This record gives sequence, structure tokens and C-alpha cells, in this order.
Amino acid sequence: MELAPPIRFELRRGAVTAIPLAIAVGLFGVSFGVLSASTGGMGALPAIVMSATTFAGSAQFAAASVLAGGGGPLTAIVAALLLNARYLPIGVSDARVLVGARRARVGQAQLVVDESWAIAARGGGEFDAHRLVGAGVVLWCAWVAGTVIGVLGGEALGDPASLGLDAAFPALFLALLVPQLGGPRTIVAAVLGAAIAVALVPFTPAGVPIIAAAAAALIGLVRR
Amino acid sequence: MSESWTIVIAVGAGTMAIKAAGPLLLGSRPLPASVQRVVALLAPALLAALVATAALGVGQPLLIDARMIGLGAAALALVLRAPVLLVVVIAAATAAVARLIGLG
Repeated sequence: MELAPPIRFELRRGAVTAIPLAIAVGLFGVSFGVLSASTGGMGALPAIVMSATTFAGSAQFAAASVLAGGGGPLTAIVAALLLNARYLPIGVSDARVLVGARRARVGQAQLVVDESWAIAARGGGEFDAHRLVGAGVVLWCAWVAGTVIGVLGGEALGDPASLGLDAAFPALFLALLVPQLGGPRTIVAAVLGAAIAVALVPFTPAGVPIIAAAAAALIGLVRR
Repeated sequence: MSESWTIVIAVGAGTMAIKAAGPLLLGSRPLPASVQRVVALLAPALLAALVATAALGVGQPLLIDARMIGLGAAALALVLRAPVLLVVVIAAATAAVARLIGLG
């Protein structure tokens, strides 16, 4: 397919801008691969397929964490999908700028992750679909390649607890949480979510406290 | 192993559906403001719950161990603006050392 020069320019611009982020995303993928392939993880091949299809770090780590904690598949699925619910309003807001036929637009929407979305932003609420695709493809490759490398390394590692890998989960979620704390409301939601989870941990199966913590988001119904 | 595949397929299909829903169904109509506010708070609430459950543990009763020491090190690293991967490595190394010297 021959692309018009401005389109090629925006594709390349998105891809180039994404490279530094892709390094970070790739290393993040390595840690997902290591945790999945070590004892008690979801296994090597499922981890790689999940990175290629789900392509959303926090949700994948959430599912892996519930599974590692002894939770059932249903709780892992619900927890992961609740985390990805944020892509619903993001999808609504970018629906307008995606280009091409319906199938092409759906394909472009799959490349939306927090980082590619940020790169595609041109300011003032405008987004460039080609920049989004350029960045998204680079980030997807980095995420999947990182997972493969991590899986290969993780299988050689063995018992995760002796390496402190079980402490990697809470540290990672904390690192993902901090940038989300943008205002008083998000802080209240976070504290409330943690409190609900801690209160339920002694009484419910693994995974259930996390799903119940979603109720903390209902404080968003209160008008300011 | 089949549990893993159930999760992989369901989360993969669900996430693709969520990402496609906006462009396919809703067009460019915005979501109601109250729904947007609730959805925006889901990620912080769930991530905080994940921090708590992953650090405190699997089961009944609440268990405080080397993971909490690792998490403390991670918090310190975040305050010092360390990149995510370094934060994770510091947490794991700290927990491993704490275990090695018999803490938790």
C-alpha cells in the first residue's frame, strides 16, 4: 500500500516518539514473563498469548496476581476487566479521530494503550490516528518481545519467593497507582479501595476483595 | 494450566470488546458525566486494593512478612523518582535479603 507523505510522516513520528517508552514497556513485559513462567504462574505460552491479545499491563498483572494468590479464574477475569474498563471512555473519546472503514477503526482502537494515547495527543483534545498506530505498533512489539524474553528467563529461575518475586507484585501495583493519584477524589477512592480489600481478605477467597474494592469508585456518583 | 487459558481467552476477548465498543457502538456521543467519573476512579481503587492484597497476602488471617519490607523499599524508591523497573527490582531484592537474614 502506497501511503501519502503526511500519513507516512505521522506514522514514523509516532513510532520514533514511542521508542524510549517502548524500552520501558519491554522491560515491564520481561517482568510479566518472569512472574508468569515461575512456579505458581500462569505458564509460558498463556503469558505470551495474553500479552499479544490483551496488551494491557496492569490488567495482566492483576490477573496473574489473583492466580498466584490462589484465586479462581472467574475472580481473576473480573478483576482484570474492571481495570480495563477505563478503555471504554477512552474509546468513546477517540472514536471521532480514528480513520478508515469500520474494521480499520476497530483495529486502530486495539492499539490504544495509555502510552500510545499520550503520544497521539496533539493538545487541545485533538488526536492523530496515524501517530497512534505508529506508536501502538512499536509498543505492542516491545511488550510481546519483552514477555517472550521474560518467559525464557523465568523458566530458569524456579521458586519466586526465594528471589523476592512475590514482593514484585505489590511494588509494581504501587508504581502503577502513584501516577493515577491526580486529585483528592482519586486519593479517597484509592484509600477506600485498599480499606475494603484489607477488611475482606481474612473472610473471602482470593480475588474477591479486589473486585469488591471497585465499589469505592462509586464515590464518583457524588457531585462536587 | 486450563485455568490459565480460560483467563487468557476471557480477558483478551473482553479487553478487545471494551476497546472496540467506543468506535463501534457509541460513535462520538460522550458517556454521561456520572459514569465517566465512576470509571475514572476504578483504576486507582483497584490498584490500591491490589497493592494491599498482594502485600498482605493470600489468606486468612492477615499476614505481614518480607513482602511488606519490600513494599516499603519500593515506596522509598518511588519517592526518589526511580523508574518502574528499578522500583520492582529493589522491592524483590529487599524482600529476598530480608528472607535470607530471617525476617518474615
